[in-house]
Amino acid sequence: MTRLLPLALLAGLVALPLALGANPYLLNALIVTGILTIGAMSLNLLLGFTGQLSLGHIAFFGIGAYVSALTSLGFDVELGFGLRAVHEPWPPVVGFLLATVAAGACGYLIGRLSFRVRGAYFVIVTISFAEVVRLVALNWVELTQGPLALTNIPAFTLGLPGLGFWTLKSKLQNYYLVLAVGTLCYLLIARLVHSRFGRAMRGLKENESLALSVGINATRTLTVAAVISAAMAGAAGSLYAHYLRIIDPDVFLFATTVTMVIMVVAGGKGTLMGPVVGGLIFGLLPVALRPVMAPEAQWIVYGLVLIVILFVLPRGIVPGMAARLGRRPARSAPVLEASPAVPQ
Amino acid sequence: MSAILSVDHVGVRFGGLVAIADLHFDVREGEIVSLIGPNGAGKTTAFNVMTGFLKPSQGEVRFRGTSLKGLAPHAITRLGLARTFQRTSVFPDDTVFDNVMIGLHQVGGRLGRAPVLDALLGRAGAGERQLRARAAALLDWVGLSGRMHEKAGALAYGEQRLVGVALALATEPAMLLLDEPVSGMNASETRVFVRLIRQVRERGITILLVEHDMPMVMEVSDRIVVLNYGRLIAEGPPDRIRNDPAVIEAYLGQGSSARQAAKSAHGSAREPVHA
Repeated sequence: MTRLLPLALLAGLVALPLALGANPYLLNALIVTGILTIGAMSLNLLLGFTGQLSLGHIAFFGIGAYVSALTSLGFDVELGFGLRAVHEPWPPVVGFLLATVAAGACGYLIGRLSFRVRGAYFVIVTISFAEVVRLVALNWVELTQGPLALTNIPAFTLGLPGLGFWTLKSKLQNYYLVLAVGTLCYLLIARLVHSRFGRAMRGLKENESLALSVGINATRTLTVAAVISAAMAGAAGSLYAHYLRIIDPDVFLFATTVTMVIMVVAGGKGTLMGPVVGGLIFGLLPVALRPVMAPEAQWIVYGLVLIVILFVLPRGIVPGMAARLGRRPARSAPVLEASPAVPQ
Repeated sequence: MSAILSVDHVGVRFGGLVAIADLHFDVREGEIVSLIGPNGAGKTTAFNVMTGFLKPSQGEVRFRGTSLKGLAPHAITRLGLARTFQRTSVFPDDTVFDNVMIGLHQVGGRLGRAPVLDALLGRAGAGERQLRARAAALLDWVGLSGRMHEKAGALAYGEQRLVGVALALATEPAMLLLDEPVSGMNASETRVFVRLIRQVRERGITILLVEHDMPMVMEVSDRIVVLNYGRLIAEGPPDRIRNDPAVIEAYLGQGSSARQAAKSAHGSAREPVHA
């Protein structure tokens, strides 16, 4: 059952463009939703499985977008002291890999910096980090073009030597690229969560003292989680840059982090499917509402839907539905609901 | 036998409050030693110092000749010194089986050299199977096989204690610190637990015990160390401690529940006392 649901969803998403035809407006919404959902899945690795809230998650996403864009565009920057950094354009696929590595490295730094103290400190460090990165993107005009935006970012080119190359310019191609990367991220997270490393994360979240006492290194475990989470967000950012083919410092908007947090919390944090379900609902809700109401009213409905979801299913849609359907609750379920009467 | 754990003139102060004034004792290899004393005597504080959860203001703890100064709790566990906790002894949202799997963290680390990489590449198969077999064996050994698939947080208090012991044993320790393991257990559960402690010792694991249940302490200990107001007031085999005037004084001076504890320490009442 738990294995069937994601597979059914995947099959549905694969078939969706065939059923809809190539409606560019809808495809665009699906692609952006898919990219944000990958961001939400990466955030869930931290927020859901370790309990650490990264409110600057968009920084890793934006770093991925800029690193990938600059790698594929090339740059020529004066560094001062007579030093110049010149970079010739590389293929976007290399940009994608570098974006993942660079975002992961930032995740490592943030993790080392804040996981000795954790909790509120991590939240503050991540917010500040996102703001600093945004200001750099805005003000280092020579490198990033500042508010003028980086334009003409090349689209992804995939190919095998001997078989030919495809430049993914159409929406349909990008849709399947995002779906493939998203599926890969889902599988990676599923793997991690059910491994020894995932057990260490769960242990730390449920009872930190006890986890330490069985030999789990808290700082290291959380830092590794932050690295993987940040790298995944960076990958999503790279997809974003090469799909839109233009990025400006607005990719660092705090509101996008909030959207990801809403996707995770509404869908069910600490579950594999939660961010996917939450991501699809909150990514596509504006599309559904657009024909019937003005944009201002849409945001009100957006907020109402969130309130209703959290009111009816406080633990999120996925764990809530699982409990309603009478199955065993998901891993992160509080004990209260799950307790059978214990014979003495 | 040589000392496996030496508490060397340890003192702990929280601001002006002296939790432990000057604690000095050894535990020898293969012994079962109990640390007793009225509430607030500093027993749990002493445990927290030994396991790295608290830094002592003075003195140091040595385990198998290694100073534990400055070591984090997880590093101390890796040296072979494991503990249980007084209150929260389980990972409440996981099944009993998964609890032990989390506890097998270190063993799992030895089986696979790069755990995160193994997990990502899906190489963990053989190691995981070994871990699962071990977890099942351990649960069988502490008598929780029947509860394997239940949420640990939903178990009865006494059973949660057993999960705590299984978790500590999962780290393959040379020495085990038990913090009030039988509190919340009834008389028959306590008897079963005493048998378990003896079996743990037969496996070559040294045991240091903090406990309020005097009959249990008297029955199981080779040696007893008595603390009061952060100081060591007596040390010796159960028979000597039972009749030690300083010990009786310490307990009688503490109000009715402690008086009862002192009485039961003399063997007149055999029911457990939770002072």
